[in-house]
Amino acid sequence: MSAYWVWLAVAFPLLGFLINGGLSLRRPQAKNVVSAVGVGVLAASFLVSALLFVQLRAHPPHQPILIDLWRWLPVGSLQIDMGFQLDQLSAVMLLIVTGVGSLIHLFSVGYMKEDPGYARYFAYLNLFVVFMLVLVLGSSFPVMFIGWEGVGLCSYLLIGFWFSDKVNADAGKKAFIVNRIGDFGFLVAMFMIWHSLGTLTFTGMVAKAPAILPAGSATVTAITLFLFLGCTGKSAQIPLYTWLPDAMAGPTPVSALIHAATMVTAGVYLVIRTNVLFALAPLSSTVVAGIGALTALFAATIGLRQYDIKKVLAYSTVSQLGYMFLGVGTGAYASGLFHLATHAFFKALLFLGAGSVIHAMHHAYHATDSHADAQDMRNMGGLKQYMPVTFWLMLIATLAISGIPPFSGFFSKDEILAAAFARGETNRIYLLFYAMGVTAALLTAFYMARLMTMTFLGSNRTGERERGHLHDAPWVMTGPLVVLGVLSAFGGLLNLPPFMGGGAALERWIEPVTAPSAAFFRLQMPHGSTELFLIGAAVVVAIGGLLAGWRATLQRPIPVAAEAPADTGFWRVLYRKYYIDEIYDALIVRPLVWLSRVILWKGVDQGVVDGAAVNGTARLSRGLGWLGSRLQTGQVGIYVVLFLVGALWILHSVVR
Amino acid sequence: MFLGQALGLSAVLFSLGVAGVLLRRNAIVLFMCIELMLNAVNLTFVALAQLHGASGYVMVFFVMTVAAAEAAVGLAIIIGVFRHKQTVDLGNINLLRG
Repeated sequence: MSAYWVWLAVAFPLLGFLINGGLSLRRPQAKNVVSAVGVGVLAASFLVSALLFVQLRAHPPHQPILIDLWRWLPVGSLQIDMGFQLDQLSAVMLLIVTGVGSLIHLFSVGYMKEDPGYARYFAYLNLFVVFMLVLVLGSSFPVMFIGWEGVGLCSYLLIGFWFSDKVNADAGKKAFIVNRIGDFGFLVAMFMIWHSLGTLTFTGMVAKAPAILPAGSATVTAITLFLFLGCTGKSAQIPLYTWLPDAMAGPTPVSALIHAATMVTAGVYLVIRTNVLFALAPLSSTVVAGIGALTALFAATIGLRQYDIKKVLAYSTVSQLGYMFLGVGTGAYASGLFHLATHAFFKALLFLGAGSVIHAMHHAYHATDSHADAQDMRNMGGLKQYMPVTFWLMLIATLAISGIPPFSGFFSKDEILAAAFARGETNRIYLLFYAMGVTAALLTAFYMARLMTMTFLGSNRTGERERGHLHDAPWVMTGPLVVLGVLSAFGGLLNLPPFMGGGAALERWIEPVTAPSAAFFRLQMPHGSTELFLIGAAVVVAIGGLLAGWRATLQRPIPVAAEAPADTGFWRVLYRKYYIDEIYDALIVRPLVWLSRVILWKGVDQGVVDGAAVNGTARLSRGLGWLGSRLQTGQVGIYVVLFLVGALWILHSVVR
Repeated sequence: MFLGQALGLSAVLFSLGVAGVLLRRNAIVLFMCIELMLNAVNLTFVALAQLHGASGYVMVFFVMTVAAAEAAVGLAIIIGVFRHKQTVDLGNINLLRG
């Protein structure tokens, strides 16, 4: 198969979107067709991706395959092609997006089975995949931006999927608006790149940037910081992370696909894609790593005290994305990508597992007409007995995210921490980032152990009558979980470090993409005893965190949500997420609303535009008309006098 | 021959007409003043026709025809106004006032 067929990978989900979109308007009840199309196009796309991957292996590694479909924006010297770029990085992303995407689509068949918006759901989900593939395949910034905006749109549509509840619609709006702030950064960076490099394609950027932009110059620093502003929006980093926890209002498979495995990693992908720019701007790289480490730590502390099972996972996602940025900010681009991949596996597994739990809880409460919260972990407990498959699979993911060897997360997280430590030799501040990362790892293990213990261990708190309705999900839902479980357990093999007998396969595979930056931003990974010491420390921290979380949660009985006393002291601060939403509301939202309402609406619009401009013009012409009408007395004599004067005046000027 | 006298008379008649139009308020009188102005002009045409050929005479016939038509229409309007307002005093006829 020629690489030209890369467009097929995008066309299949697009076809699925069109069919399912049409069905959602005409035949929303044709659920079998919708499932077949929705999942089928993803499977087809995955197949194409796999074939392309094979194709790419046979291709000379340092030449990305460029496929220009059509000329999109020919404006003077700016010639933008609608084109795709298939290289090592986009191939990996392609496989993750379509692979994990297929599994989550399959899971959705079971999860959304009884939803009246079934066809609409699959239409949105297919459309999301289209844009995500455009994002990772785009050969230039503008094409990537189409995907970047498109996934934002689909995210908005799917967060607000159950839009009849105002909370959900608000969460969708919040995600969209917060992302706009980041998109502004992306756009500004794009303009600056065009201004300084005269090209917007990635290949052009790689070729020209080192020659045109001096390392550490203000221009390249500004470009990368603006790019990173885009990343903080899309990938939920401080200060723009607040939308992601609220995005859990959408269906759980959406949280798994968009808000854990794929879309939110777009920022990490962007940094890896533009690694040559970030390598030229050490200051920006330090900012990226610092924000990443801070976010990892900050979000992990909030995760300690959430009760909604999805909220814990949401903050966990923010925290793990922080790790990825710590990795790419350190210059360990392959490690960042590695963690992106393993995180996609285990976080998708965790979310889908949580989805199974919520599904079971929801059915139990539904069967007894109870209105208790099906997502509150205080209402769960002891579910291991009722949902053993889900428990064991989620346990794998928990061990993976906590960094217990030999599960996948251990390798990727360890690489990132080791890289930060290594960078600390030349730049001391990275040692601080390393320490923050290790602390965050401890907290990660703690909150994951708390989540598992509260959900699956101890005594059941769901209720006497509901208990009998709890059971594992059907196979269409647990099947994808099993596959993800295998991937979470063995994903580390992708990039097995040399001292364990591996060949760092992913790192070598991705080398052509990261090569341009290696010249300026070389990272010497630790070897020998240092490496072993770092690994030992990470494992001790992870095990310690897990045990502490387990013990602390089992220590005293947990009241059900309805009877639970309010948290006090610092726990309350954590439960209320450091009041960040309230602070943003007071500092930004309300002043903005005030500005819009009092100044812009009442003042500028009603006062100046309506009052002075529109009504003022009317009043002026009415005044002039009134003056003119004074001439019309209706007295024939006056008319005659005026006529005579006029006639004489004309006569005078003619004769003269 | 009598050119000077004819033109002088014409000017006097025309001025009388203008003064009448400006000063009188009765619509009928005003109308007659207009006729006076028209005939003053006719006198001018006839007088000057001696120097410039027959086109002056022709123009006089035109003016008389138009004046007749104008008289018919104008009188009809005045009658209409009178029926409406029971007066032909122009001070009371100011429907066009803005």
